[in-house]
Amino acid sequence: MGDRKASNWWTFWGVLILVWALFPLLWMVSLSFKDPDTFRSAEPTFFPKTWVWDNYKTVFTDSLFTSAFRNSVGISLIATALAVIVAMFAAYAIARMNFPGKKLLLSMALAIAMFPQAALVGPLFNLWRNLGIYDTWIGLIIPYLTFALPLSIWTMSAFFRQIPWEMEQAAQVDGATAWQAFRKVIVPLAAPGVFTTAILTFFFCWNEFLLAISLTSTDRARTVPAALSFFTGASQFQSPITYIMAASVVVTIPVVILVLIFQRRIMAGLTAGAVKG
Amino acid sequence: MAAISMRNIVKRYSDGFPAVNDVSLDIADGEFVILVGPSGCGKSTLLRMIVGLEDITSGDLLIGGVRMNQKAPRDRNLAMVFQNYALYPHLTVFENIAFPMRLKNVPNDEVTRRVNEAAALLQLTEHLQRKPAHLSGGQRQRVAMGRAIVRQADAFLFDEPLSNLDAKLRGQMRTEIARLQHQLGTTTVYVTHDQTEAMTLGDRIAVLRKGLLQQVGTARQLYEEPVNLFVAGFIGSPPMNFLPGRIRNGEAETPFGTVSAAGPRLSKVGDQDLVILGLRPEYFEDARLVEPARRDRGKTFTAEVDVTEWLGSQLYAYVPYDAPSEINERLEELERELDSEQMRTQLVVALDASSRIHSGGRAELWFDPERMHVFDAATGDNLTRDPDRVFEADEAEAEANKA
Repeated sequence: MGDRKASNWWTFWGVLILVWALFPLLWMVSLSFKDPDTFRSAEPTFFPKTWVWDNYKTVFTDSLFTSAFRNSVGISLIATALAVIVAMFAAYAIARMNFPGKKLLLSMALAIAMFPQAALVGPLFNLWRNLGIYDTWIGLIIPYLTFALPLSIWTMSAFFRQIPWEMEQAAQVDGATAWQAFRKVIVPLAAPGVFTTAILTFFFCWNEFLLAISLTSTDRARTVPAALSFFTGASQFQSPITYIMAASVVVTIPVVILVLIFQRRIMAGLTAGAVKG
Repeated sequence: MAAISMRNIVKRYSDGFPAVNDVSLDIADGEFVILVGPSGCGKSTLLRMIVGLEDITSGDLLIGGVRMNQKAPRDRNLAMVFQNYALYPHLTVFENIAFPMRLKNVPNDEVTRRVNEAAALLQLTEHLQRKPAHLSGGQRQRVAMGRAIVRQADAFLFDEPLSNLDAKLRGQMRTEIARLQHQLGTTTVYVTHDQTEAMTLGDRIAVLRKGLLQQVGTARQLYEEPVNLFVAGFIGSPPMNFLPGRIRNGEAETPFGTVSAAGPRLSKVGDQDLVILGLRPEYFEDARLVEPARRDRGKTFTAEVDVTEWLGSQLYAYVPYDAPSEINERLEELERELDSEQMRTQLVVALDASSRIHSGGRAELWFDPERMHVFDAATGDNLTRDPDRVFEADEAEAEANKA
């Protein structure tokens, strides 16, 4: 009986938290399907009286959004790939080797992670304009890398440390060079760590707003979060809320898909069976 | 295949601690040598120096006559089986075994052929497509061995490969390894802390203690002619009994009375005020079961039997005794080194299973003093050792191996 009661409580709290978390999302979806002209009039309802696709049509025909979407995808993917590759090597060195300045490197990485981004916006703005990379992809990728790397290095070195030393030694005795051992044994074993890091980095770049709005001025490099703030309605008398919601739904979908795809890859215990256990 | 030769090998850690100290050992081509000793004696370090996972501080390591000190592990062409197997969990059994060949870009059909051969030899054929996580301990062990076999390496190195298996499986795998080595005839170095494994496997055993090589020889040589107290106490189960004694005027005083020390072995010792006598449990017999003719050659004494254990094939009897504190300290130190903890000074005797001796009674025991070992109480050296003793059985075995 006690167990039953306890499990009911778990269900109750689970549902509560789910509603709490999903309510804004649901509202977002609902708004995105409402008629932009009339959604504010008459008596308000949670779900639209008539479901319309107009908002989505507007969003996808608006060059402001489509170019921003392209920028977002490109910048996030490049920044993620670079961050994962650099972090992989750095984390491996930190986990496996002893070198002077290792502690310093780790604490510096942590310090960067704690550094307020807002403090960097002003100087970066000037610096980027002088360097001629203001409002370019690379101008956003560089600061994204800076802020994504510390976390990536910390996460991945934790994963590397879990891999038994013997794996690598066995590979070396089997005739592998250090690089072969890394590529054929260590990286596959650290795959969950690599995927976790990649997803975290991708989310960070995908959602970033402050740098995106400060270091861009045109369609060339503006990402979706920044572009959303420039949305206007089809005419200036229309409220842009429903368009913004439709755009938000569109940019949320890739994130959801990513999580669903990689959920299975992000599982610990891949090393099970490597050693006695 | 190749001979391995170690010359004055030293491993000194940065804190100055010598894990392996001046070890010289020659392993012939095709020989099976066991490195044995209690934990921390440097046996694993020595093995890791041979394979190249540990730097050699000084000395020379030659494999097939070539100095290997500076070579990377991959250039030494040795195969190693790790204590925890170190299988690659993301690869199937097939790919695990094939891994060394994949690194060398061996053509696919040859990889398949050699993996299948090894799998057949190790009875792994039906498991080839499984992942290591789904295998039992013994199967993982065999995969690790398969990975070593396909290499066609110059030598096999085993680092306590059976210590993670349960007792029954350990016995099976032990025979398996011995058979495999015999079949392949590859030079093998095998590290273990288990004296049974050491004695049953291998052509020769090298006993290490605190980084120093104590004695190298066949199981019979180590058992019958141990060089010192350490080797005597380490080899044999139940271990050799150590008793205080004194040698004077051709007679040995033991806790069970005085016996003649005029025989060929004991007469070598000469007068000693305090010695440690070594008697293996099976040197004793139930006096009632000894034929009268033999009985007079040995010494019969009465002892208080504390506990008996009947094992079917043998009967162990425990006889407590008091020893002078000087000897006790020495023996306690030895116990610590051997990783065993003896609660009290007691004699363990292995008697015939038909003996009627029972717990808590007095019993008449008999032993042949001529088989007794005498150790120097201060240095622990065996004073009765005949270093040149040759065992016919060893020679016969060596002949058989050659053929």
